[in-house]
Amino acid sequence: MQHGKYRFIVGFLAAPLALYALFVLWPFVQSIYYSFTDWTGLSPDFSMVGFDNYARLWGDDVFWKSLRHSLLFALLLPVVTIGLALFFAFMINVGGRHRRGAAVSGVRGSSFYKIAYFFPQVLSIAIVALLFQFAYNPESGAINSGLKAIGLGDVQPLWLGDPDLALWCVMAVLVWSTVGFFVVLFSAGMASIPKDFYEAALLDGASRITTFFRITLPLLWDTIQSGWVYMGILALGAESFAVVQIMTTGPGGPDYSTTVMVLYVYQSAFRDGAAAYATTIGVALLVVTLAFAAVVMKLGRRERLEY
Amino acid sequence: MGSTSGHSNGGLGRRDLIKRSAALGLVTIPTMSFLSACASGDGGAGGSKVEKGKVTKANPLGVNETAALEVVIFDGGFGQQYAIDAEKKYNAAFPKAPKVEHKATQKIQSELQPRFNGGTPPDLIDNSGAEQMDMGVLVGKKQLADLTPLLDAPSVDDPNKKVRDTLRPGIVEMGQFDGAPVWILYYAYTVYGVWYSQTALDRLDAQYPETWDEMLALCEKAKKQGIAGWTYAGKHPYYLPFSLYPFIAKIGGREVLDSIDNLEPNAWKHPAVKAAFEAYYELYKKGYVLKGTPGLDHIQSQTAWTKGKALFIPNGSWVENEAASTMPKDFNLAVSAPSGLDASDKMPFGTLWASGGEPFIVPAKAKNVEGGMEQLRIMLGEESSKNFTKQVKSLTAFNGGTDGIALTPGLKSGVAALEKAGGNVVNPRLQDWYVKLQKEQIGVAGLGEMMAGRLTPAEAVSKIQGFADRAAQDSSVKKYKHQ
Repeated sequence: MQHGKYRFIVGFLAAPLALYALFVLWPFVQSIYYSFTDWTGLSPDFSMVGFDNYARLWGDDVFWKSLRHSLLFALLLPVVTIGLALFFAFMINVGGRHRRGAAVSGVRGSSFYKIAYFFPQVLSIAIVALLFQFAYNPESGAINSGLKAIGLGDVQPLWLGDPDLALWCVMAVLVWSTVGFFVVLFSAGMASIPKDFYEAALLDGASRITTFFRITLPLLWDTIQSGWVYMGILALGAESFAVVQIMTTGPGGPDYSTTVMVLYVYQSAFRDGAAAYATTIGVALLVVTLAFAAVVMKLGRRERLEY
Repeated sequence: MGSTSGHSNGGLGRRDLIKRSAALGLVTIPTMSFLSACASGDGGAGGSKVEKGKVTKANPLGVNETAALEVVIFDGGFGQQYAIDAEKKYNAAFPKAPKVEHKATQKIQSELQPRFNGGTPPDLIDNSGAEQMDMGVLVGKKQLADLTPLLDAPSVDDPNKKVRDTLRPGIVEMGQFDGAPVWILYYAYTVYGVWYSQTALDRLDAQYPETWDEMLALCEKAKKQGIAGWTYAGKHPYYLPFSLYPFIAKIGGREVLDSIDNLEPNAWKHPAVKAAFEAYYELYKKGYVLKGTPGLDHIQSQTAWTKGKALFIPNGSWVENEAASTMPKDFNLAVSAPSGLDASDKMPFGTLWASGGEPFIVPAKAKNVEGGMEQLRIMLGEESSKNFTKQVKSLTAFNGGTDGIALTPGLKSGVAALEKAGGNVVNPRLQDWYVKLQKEQIGVAGLGEMMAGRLTPAEAVSKIQGFADRAAQDSSVKKYKHQ
């Protein structure tokens, strides 16, 4: 029944491909086109200006700052988040003391921990950001009040008001709010690893750490890699925008200390009336995101394990 | 992690699939044209203006009596009731026209930007709030209607008086960018300055300090009782200029502020600027600024202030409405012009920053431009103006209109400060001419850093001068000058 196979495939794929081209590719083409104009976003008339916007981008300190912060977000956040999530997931699923009758089990109360970790995930990032904004309030916020309560009244950092701390404060919130998702994701991955592997390792007298690096990590690799890309893109895009925009209203923190690329796109388009320049930054962001994904895919490539 | 079977889609026939994809294709085609239309609509499509009506005594602007009118109001601190009330008057004046289409939103830019872009903007807009559209760009791209006909029309209350003559000083000039046309009408009238609780000062047995030495002495006295002298919106340090700019003008004369607004070279290097910066820096140095202030936003700092943790806060007259929920009943809110430096100041005590707020615009491509202006004319009448002041505790651009209303303490104090200032009202324009320079660069990166103790006054001056120079050289920023 090979007759008409290609026609069938084409017929099947045409519509989704057309939709994809229309809603995904076309906007990209459009933004690249607009980055060569002087479009304000407030009036329909604009003219071509060649590479002016790119030249301006090149000499724009704030852009370089935002690029640095975005890269920091994309590199550091996945490491911390995924590292923590792996640790938690391992403890929940495999790390417990060996009980009779079960080769592997999680620490006591692991099902409760799973829920506790996942809980921030059900809150909207906007709510999380607002909550932490109150916590970081240096004058009456929870963190400084806590420091006072344990006798550290002299240590009262400004948190979001301090250019050296603001970016870290924002990152901490993102870790807090996303780590649970990966705990659950990795737990699901670990649950599908056959138990006999662990049993065999156990019989050989392997320690927990060995088990983790020799069994769990290699067999979970695909999941981790996808998680890595996902987290990186999240950190480059929507999530970092939300926390920076809401928490470090200033905006972009004291002395641009938390400005990230997405925020800069937004400000240029919707505050400065420079939509064309915003699309230029957007193009730069696209390049960074693609490069990030490519690097992770390339570095992460390793032989697929079958089980 | 198994492989998906190639034979499992038996439930769905090939014929069905093709039919479905055809249907999808049908949906796609109109979407395509829709998308290309919204990306950057062509300007010609929306230009269908209504015909102008007959000019009569009752209708001096020549409003088409049967045309629809669409008004978009920023639903912020002032709400929208005042506009709804004024629209009722429009309905009464033009009974043959359909009811005024009223919209209120906080997202002015995200809702209206596409409509400007597509050439179909509403007829009257209150372009205010965090999502304010950049007025410099709108003017530069010829998107706004000239409001001169409105200003030259007779006022609603007195046919022998032009609207222009009923407005507070500075309102007309503020609506101009360069040259004669008036693009914007600021409806509210804001008094900026140093806000405090008279009750708190009474408790310290003190008067509002008129010189900086008195200010420092009072702060010292307060500090001994565990009260900070000042606080400010640390995360939005562009609130500091509300008292700092008139302070600079008082020390060095209003020309200093004018040259700053005009982005003249070395404008910030004027000795008056440095003196003012040093005075404010001293507040930080001597520990008179509430601890943690650089990490507080405007609401948090206002709350700390209403709780009595600090005496003074630089702010605008909207604070009375905004902080109402945390303000104690006996707070006795008051505003004062900034204290001076010493007796050698160029301007007298009382020099105050007061200017228009709530910018109303009529888009050039609006269908009913005359209607939009007529609605403004109604709002600028005494009755509507009084209604606004009563509802939201703020003055309007209409000069007067406070007789016979029970004024709240803050409003009363604002009116008194205006009276005391007389002709010594300054109106720095950075915040409406160069938004980014004022808020982000001078405010956050300059003044904010200095008041947090991370820049010395000298460093702050040269950093800010650098920002101003860069803005002056940036060809993508439209420049304006004081006339």
